[in-house]
Amino acid sequence: MPIYNMDFETMPREALESIQLSRLKATLDRVYATVPFYRENFKKAGITPSDIKTLKDLQKIPFTVKQDLRDNYPYGMFAVPMQNVVRIHASSGTTGKPTVVGYTRRDIATWAELMARSLAAGGATSQDIVHNAYGYGLFTGGLGVHYGAEMLGASVIPVSGGNTKRQIIIMKDFKPTILTGTPSYILHLAEVAQEMGVSFEELNFKSGIFGAEPWSEDMRADLEAKLHLKAIDIYGLSEVMGPGVSIECYEAQKGLHIFEDHFIAEIINPETGESLPYGETGELVFTSITKEAFPVIRYRTRDITSLNPEPCVCGRTHVRMQKVSGRTDDMLIIRGVNVFPSQIESVLMKNREIQPHYQLVVDRVDNLDTLTVMVEVGQEFFSDEIKTLQNMEQKLSNDIKEYLGVSAKIKLVEPKTIQRSEGKAVRVIDKRKK
Amino acid sequence: MRVEQISIFLENKAGRLAEVTAILRDANVNIRALSLADTTDFGILRLIVNDNQTAEEVLRREGFTVGKTNVLAIEVEDVPGGLNNVLDPLTSAGINVEYMYAFANTKGNNAIMIFRFHDLDKAISILKDNSIKVIKGEDVYNL
Repeated sequence: MPIYNMDFETMPREALESIQLSRLKATLDRVYATVPFYRENFKKAGITPSDIKTLKDLQKIPFTVKQDLRDNYPYGMFAVPMQNVVRIHASSGTTGKPTVVGYTRRDIATWAELMARSLAAGGATSQDIVHNAYGYGLFTGGLGVHYGAEMLGASVIPVSGGNTKRQIIIMKDFKPTILTGTPSYILHLAEVAQEMGVSFEELNFKSGIFGAEPWSEDMRADLEAKLHLKAIDIYGLSEVMGPGVSIECYEAQKGLHIFEDHFIAEIINPETGESLPYGETGELVFTSITKEAFPVIRYRTRDITSLNPEPCVCGRTHVRMQKVSGRTDDMLIIRGVNVFPSQIESVLMKNREIQPHYQLVVDRVDNLDTLTVMVEVGQEFFSDEIKTLQNMEQKLSNDIKEYLGVSAKIKLVEPKTIQRSEGKAVRVIDKRKK
Repeated sequence: MRVEQISIFLENKAGRLAEVTAILRDANVNIRALSLADTTDFGILRLIVNDNQTAEEVLRREGFTVGKTNVLAIEVEDVPGGLNNVLDPLTSAGINVEYMYAFANTKGNNAIMIFRFHDLDKAISILKDNSIKVIKGEDVYNL
């Protein structure tokens, strides 16, 4: 697959790091001068931007967390006057105030380029037709992919999320070759297509670029088998930019290349904040080094992953992050055992008959945590005998116990009982939280 | 010899069974026999109807998980020991009954029961050897 920006994406590490350092210094100078929050943060740590002389010195700067963005709602973290801001996006704000991010004209151009690079890495060219099922709106997914596809020169169908039956007809008639969306919505699309008697085998997709929520390798196998395409993981978050912060390459599908000429990635121990070396698993932290309107310095993403600096078969020199396995705030502690929804997903998806729709319900009964995994009974594993279904419940429960060390009750539910999402799936209902 | 039975996965929720029967009523499907097996969380409704294809279609369309299984409809003499006469030869041959339920038969003097075996062929041959009457599918749907 052709690399969109050969100069930067395959730049030797040494040259890359020297660019990172000069861009970092410029960013620090700017936020120190324009964003009171960062100036205060530097002061508290007893440093000024001039103390940062190497990339390693970055570790001297305090972290920025989601709450800091909320405290400065809506525009307190912007580093440019509003007259230079041409676009605003915001997170959903399901757990509190939304976080608001802004982009200058140049930020939008940078983002479009990184998305063009991402789409190219995922197998798209200017010849392709992109069916973009990410939601358009305050969510960065839709517009992020849209601008990138246009910059690449591909034809983009801005279909957004929802109106699923119509999407299937569009897929049949417009013959798109690249599919983009959240994996949970794409699964819903596949399900509706099947109901309508449309097989993905007859469609023209060669790759699907899926992100905005963590999904497992087993989910990849399921998506690829159901959709007859290559499933590529894309990563991003609005606080850092939106989709296109990192992407798997079509060649390896093994780790997501972080666009390091624009972002510096670190892995830290989420409990102590200490920096971890390559290969170790911890929380991903980003510093943006080219953004104008909304730079972030050592922003804690809460995503759990590790970094791999080994050269990749695709030729890109940028470090790869492993597929995100979960989020520090998604992590469930059940009777003292740490469990990520994605781990349960992996266990479930090892059983081919199981539908990829599941939900975890956590509760506390008599001071004991309970975990119930709701699984839909599809045609594939339904039986007219009670004991067959009970055996399946038992098997899943045993598997979860064996792999994760936590007891779970499996509850079989009717198809379509678990709500289908048009954006990010709700995988966990934690009734313990007030 | 075989009778096709449809089975439906149901969660234990109030009114769920009535929804199934309403769907079948609206599709003009007549229920010939039924049994409901249940656990605390879910149940399996097994039905013999006069029109399997329509029943399966309308139930799937309404989002139910529907399975199909072959079972046997066996005539059982309506006298003490009638059921035992059927079971004895099967038991001696080591054939296990997965489940069974009764059929509402308004014609004839004998009872009819639906049996589910894993090894249908073997069950049929043993029943034949013992002159026990197995009723044909098309006759069962229209009894």
